Amino acid sequence: MTNLIEVVLVLVVLTDFFLLGSSRLAACIRIVAIQGVVLGTLPVLGHLDNLTLRLVFLAVGSAALKAVVFPILLFRAMREANVRHEIEPFVGFIASILIGLGSLAVSVWVASRITLPRPVVSSLVLPVALFTILAGLFVIVSRRKALTQVLGYIVLENGIYVFGMVLVGEIPMLVELGALLDAFVAVLVMGIAIDHISRSYDHIDVDELDTLRG
Amino acid sequence: MNPWGFVQVALALLLSPLLIGVINRTKAFVAGRRGTPLLQLYHDAAKLLRKGAVYSRTTTWVFRAGPIVALAATLGTLPFLPAGGLRAVLWFDGDLLVVIALLGVARFLTVLAALDTGSSFEGMGASREVTFSALAEPALLLGLAAMGREVGSLSLSDMSSGLTAAKWFQAAPAMMLAAAALLVVFLAENARVPVDDPNTHLELTMIHEVMVLDHGGPDFGVILYGSALKLWVLGTLLVNASLPVRTSSVAIDAAAFLAGMLALAVLTGLIESAMARLRLAHIPQLLVGATALSVLAIILVLR
Repeated sequence: MTNLIEVVLVLVVLTDFFLLGSSRLAACIRIVAIQGVVLGTLPVLGHLDNLTLRLVFLAVGSAALKAVVFPILLFRAMREANVRHEIEPFVGFIASILIGLGSLAVSVWVASRITLPRPVVSSLVLPVALFTILAGLFVIVSRRKALTQVLGYIVLENGIYVFGMVLVGEIPMLVELGALLDAFVAVLVMGIAIDHISRSYDHIDVDELDTLRG
Repeated sequence: MNPWGFVQVALALLLSPLLIGVINRTKAFVAGRRGTPLLQLYHDAAKLLRKGAVYSRTTTWVFRAGPIVALAATLGTLPFLPAGGLRAVLWFDGDLLVVIALLGVARFLTVLAALDTGSSFEGMGASREVTFSALAEPALLLGLAAMGREVGSLSLSDMSSGLTAAKWFQAAPAMMLAAAALLVVFLAENARVPVDDPNTHLELTMIHEVMVLDHGGPDFGVILYGSALKLWVLGTLLVNASLPVRTSSVAIDAAAFLAGMLALAVLTGLIESAMARLRLAHIPQLLVGATALSVLAIILVLR
């Protein structure tokens, strides 16, 4: 099963790179949804020998939230704000991919220095979790459009999910559901905020938000 | 030395124009046309070689040397090129750098010949070709390096024959990433669709076609044959990396390799039928993405 888990983790890294290198918002939303589905399989694959109903429920729940509810909300925000492309990000797309490569190397190095309290299913888990967190953070700070920043936030949350899911293993269900609910509320609130920003400013470019209008 | 390698060299010389025929036939089939004959490129090259050439007075010997040296450099890679489990004529540690350097020499002379015409248009094509190949080369080198690390040798023959099915599946994620990166390089370096369109002669979009516009007659025939050989060389690298059929039987290995090359030609035709050419500004993104795949493959095998 380790091999299958590694395939899943590599897919997560690839979706991160796609997000770093693509300017089309619709494609970015879809790729983040795909990342959600791929991540949903991770707890099931990690505990195939002692599969419980709780795990399956959690996997299906998070996959449904990330692959169905989030994309619907984000596509609606995209339609109402009438944006299609991330134009002129603070850091260009090619530079973003190169910085992504650098942070992947850093994640691998950092992960090799950390001693874990318990053995993990694959030595790839920790670097991928760290890299996904870094990629999400980087998307948040380097893009102009509020929508892309929301995507960065979801990816950041996904990274923490990988970290917790395979590393800690037995998180109480209530905490898991609480984290999922947090993410859900955050995306909902940000969707509403995007709508309001685009209504009052005719765009969702957050760089313009530092000037006041009467 | 492996004298049987000469058979592979002869096969490459004979069959490489056929691959282009297969690609064109696949495209025609998908589009519902009958398409050109499979042997069209042989006829084209033979016809061009019988013609005379016209040279502009502004060109120098560089322009005439370009196609010849480019073909010679591409021919020079063939003795180092293994076919699946079958070793090449020659091999030594690090011969993959020789192959890549020879391909670089071929490109350099093509670019020089294009610049020698003094046409601003050809200079534009040369500039594009150099930009994109500079981005494609790291992906190619790092992808092969990932393979070499997995097998434990930097010789193409050792890498190719050492990459058994067991080894390939043991490192399946890394090998798939390396193969994907090599596929992008294969399409980019051979001026195939997502990067360049071999059929178009629209000035603003061409890369490779632009550089050879002023060549005619035998020179152009040599260029056509040289680009078919280059397709074969890069295709061989890709098939070696992605098709780990390594049995002790020469016949099975050879059949698997040839089937792989045929499948690659069909796949290229399907990609060309399904995709449109990317905008020029987006091509670096694709190539840097391929480099990212290669780096990820290296990280996976180094771990």
